[in-house]
Amino acid sequence: MSYVPDAGHARLIELFLQDPAVVANVLTTEEEGVAIAAGAWLGGQRSVLLMQSSGVGNCINMLSLAKVGHFPLLMLVTMRGEWAEFNSWQVPMGLATEPALAAIGVTTMRSNTPQELLATVASAVRLAFDADQQVAVIISQRLLGAKEW
Amino acid sequence: MVIEHAGALDRRSVVARLLQDRDGGMLVVSGLGSPSYDVYAAGDHEGNYYLWGAMGAASLVGLGLAQAQVDRTVVVVTGDGEQLMGLGGLATVAIAAPPNLVIVVLDNGHYGETGMQRSHTGFGLDIASVARAVGFADVRTIVDQAQVEEMAFSIREAASGPRFYAVKIRADILPRSLPPRDAVYGKNRLRMHLGFEVT
Repeated sequence: MSYVPDAGHARLIELFLQDPAVVANVLTTEEEGVAIAAGAWLGGQRSVLLMQSSGVGNCINMLSLAKVGHFPLLMLVTMRGEWAEFNSWQVPMGLATEPALAAIGVTTMRSNTPQELLATVASAVRLAFDADQQVAVIISQRLLGAKEW
Repeated sequence: MVIEHAGALDRRSVVARLLQDRDGGMLVVSGLGSPSYDVYAAGDHEGNYYLWGAMGAASLVGLGLAQAQVDRTVVVVTGDGEQLMGLGGLATVAIAAPPNLVIVVLDNGHYGETGMQRSHTGFGLDIASVARAVGFADVRTIVDQAQVEEMAFSIREAASGPRFYAVKIRADILPRSLPPRDAVYGKNRLRMHLGFEVT
């Protein structure tokens, strides 16, 4: 797995870091994880990429690699800039997250509740790794709860 | 015409020497543009993956591959411009610290694909110092044939951490030697080479 930290992913990152079966890579920018996932798949391993919605914008050209090579790609994207957002700087990329992913051809699957999220991630895993698709699970800000400041 | 702000080594012969009689376990990832042509010109191999785009990806694809195939040496061959687009990726590689990953930057100080505009290294940035600063275990600047020989020997040896070689090459424009552009073919070929079923 690879990640740029986000508060919404904090627990998941911690669980991955504690799991000896998982190789974890901290990234300087999210696009690195798209390339790492392609390399991992070339070598026979699955990789998951964790980021906040602002990181989607950093990934766009690198997603060409996943698209042109039909590399399985699973992204878990926590949303900012929508439900009860207080920081206007988060809003433009929040609005652009799903359209940008759609524009480059990444399938987006949005979850608004924890129950829905579990089923969605399971579905996205199959779509990515069995059907060689590029999939982003969009974890809504409503599910995560608005950031407290 | 000799282009200034570049090195003296011939890129094709450096890459050919690097990959000459390569160990069957070695895997090679090449960065877009001339490095992909150089690796292909040295002899196509099922253990090669040629990038034709995704600028900045080469070292990170190499990282993912090295982490997945810990018993094989993964050599990334890329250019200064391609690596400059992913400078942060060098930090990510250094923190991940795969001992089986070697990054070879063919540094001619220019963007060869787009008309030989000078790159940051052509303006004086020492990319080996960047690699050293972020924590690569072994960093060398290769300027002559004796050092090329040492590098070719070194990549066949075990190491304690990731290696980084900046090879100072001439800014030549050479006849193109074009590997397949089909990224799915390259993926499936490499995975089959590693023994994975293509479904």
